[in-house]
Amino acid sequence: MLKHLTVISGKGGTGKTTITSSFAALAENAIIADCDVDAADMHLILQPETFETTDFYGLKVAHINKELCTDCGACASSCRFDAIDKFNVIDTCKCEGCAVCEFVCPENAICMVEKKAGEYYCSNTRFGPLVHAKLGAGEEASGKLVSDVRRRASELALECGKDVVIIDGPPGTGCSVIAAITGADLVLVVTEPTISGIHDLERVVQVAQHFRIPVVVCINKCDINMDLSQSISIYCKNNEINVAGMLPYDKSPVDAMIYGKSVVECFDNDFSSKVRSLWTEVNSSLSK
Amino acid sequence: MKIAIASGKGGTGKTTVAVNLALSLGNAQLLDCDVEEPNCNLFLGFDLKKQEDVTITVPQVDSGKCSLCGKCAEFCQYNAIAKLSDSVMLFPKLCHGCGGCVLVCPEKAITEKKRSIGVIEKGTNEQFNIELLQGTLNIGEAMASPVIRQLQTHMDESTVAVVDSPPGTACPVIASVADMDYCVLVTEPTPFGLNDLVLAVDVIRQLGIPFGVIINRHGLGDNRVEEYCRVESIPVLMKIPYIREIAVLYSKGIPFVEHMPAWKENFREMCRDICEFIPYRGLSQC
Ligand code: SF4
Ligand code: SF4
Repeated sequence: MLKHLTVISGKGGTGKTTITSSFAALAENAIIADCDVDAADMHLILQPETFETTDFYGLKVAHINKELCTDCGACASSCRFDAIDKFNVIDTCKCEGCAVCEFVCPENAICMVEKKAGEYYCSNTRFGPLVHAKLGAGEEASGKLVSDVRRRASELALECGKDVVIIDGPPGTGCSVIAAITGADLVLVVTEPTISGIHDLERVVQVAQHFRIPVVVCINKCDINMDLSQSISIYCKNNEINVAGMLPYDKSPVDAMIYGKSVVECFDNDFSSKVRSLWTEVNSSLSK
Repeated sequence: MKIAIASGKGGTGKTTVAVNLALSLGNAQLLDCDVEEPNCNLFLGFDLKKQEDVTITVPQVDSGKCSLCGKCAEFCQYNAIAKLSDSVMLFPKLCHGCGGCVLVCPEKAITEKKRSIGVIEKGTNEQFNIELLQGTLNIGEAMASPVIRQLQTHMDESTVAVVDSPPGTACPVIASVADMDYCVLVTEPTPFGLNDLVLAVDVIRQLGIPFGVIINRHGLGDNRVEEYCRVESIPVLMKIPYIREIAVLYSKGIPFVEHMPAWKENFREMCRDICEFIPYRGLSQC
């Protein structure tokens, strides 16, 4: 059965991509989905060769036909998102595509149009297929794009006979995170022992539990503050969450990044061996 | 003066810069617009008082009046209403509160009620001479922009407002950056940092806001970020060194200017530099 693992962190910069790219290198038969569509980074390490590009359409946006418009102002006054100004010009960033203006316009001067909001790609990498995306600057509906990337990744996994989809999730707890974890078999939360790290961990664990998805945790940079690492372990224990690994504060991820490689490819040191055992642990939780 | 602190990505030190800048300036407002994960107060420990709920309106259907015509479900662009064989079903978390269903219902069976999706809180404290305003989106809610917009209505035009923006380059970021006088982009000197910086620069240029860069964890990684800034003529406003002391203070939730007071002057000087980059504004507001 095809399994889905989503790697998330309450916040960016905790080492999520370092870990996911190493998992990509270590997993025998996986497909990778980079769902951090707002600021995708995985391609910097995996150096994909794209073989399929699909346009992504988010929500529609309103368009006013100036020929028909009589400046009656009905649209602007019924728009709840302040997306139409006093000159009856639509601010496409504020427009949420609800179509109320189209409905109220007495002159039928408004129609809802498709707007390309980004692209997603299927690519080959040295570790197998990667599905990744680029959302246009300032575009909304990233949750929908995340769902599209995941759907394509699952299809491709079935086509190529892969047994795991490893999903690099977006930061935060909002709609794109929800889209990245729904239906996953396991969530790995990467955290770090800082005051904000604990706080973000608690929020993101609540989200996962809200959707009843099993969680394991990895504490990165664990030796930067041993007391807080201890508190995180206790928090996890109290919530029956397995701490699947603890990684030390180390420069090797950054050095590997500069070479465009994952840490397990570049180095054979304490850090990379801990990443390997993290993968073994996560993989066994996943197969349960 | 309104300064946004942004970055293509989380974890580059946006909150660190926002908090330390506000503390260095003093007599400033700090607005935490990262409503999915507001973190500024972890460094300040203010006693926050709730100001108000952020609400959006969602429909409710009077089943006595409903004729099951299905027009509401057909209209809703977000699939927040489904027509079943014997009732209409609502999914409030998908609703954007546009009010369209109320307009299209021929039986006037739909009315609206308020639903809270987050809160706005405010705090000050004796030790630090700043005011913190924070918005928090409730867990499991998807729409950050209404919380950000409502938070920004609390901005006091007469002082300096420092805005901690959410990560990424999507609409919530634009909602928090759009009306600012200046934008500070925080990045790291690594290939990832550069990749995210380029995306962020793209957005800020489109918005036409003057901006500059702070390189955090300077000394780590390589010099491609500095090279890029030079080629693109982007001012590098400040470099915060990669030293363990700052990382440890951060882990404990201590703003580093409190332990390394010389940095307060660096931040103030940066702010004076920023004023020079802002067209039509004098130094008086710094
Ligand atoms: S208010 Fe708009 S978004 Fe909400 S249910 Fe009605 S039509 Fe859908
Ligand atoms: S539009 Fe009005 S009458 Fe028709 S199904 Fe919806 S609530 Fe019922």
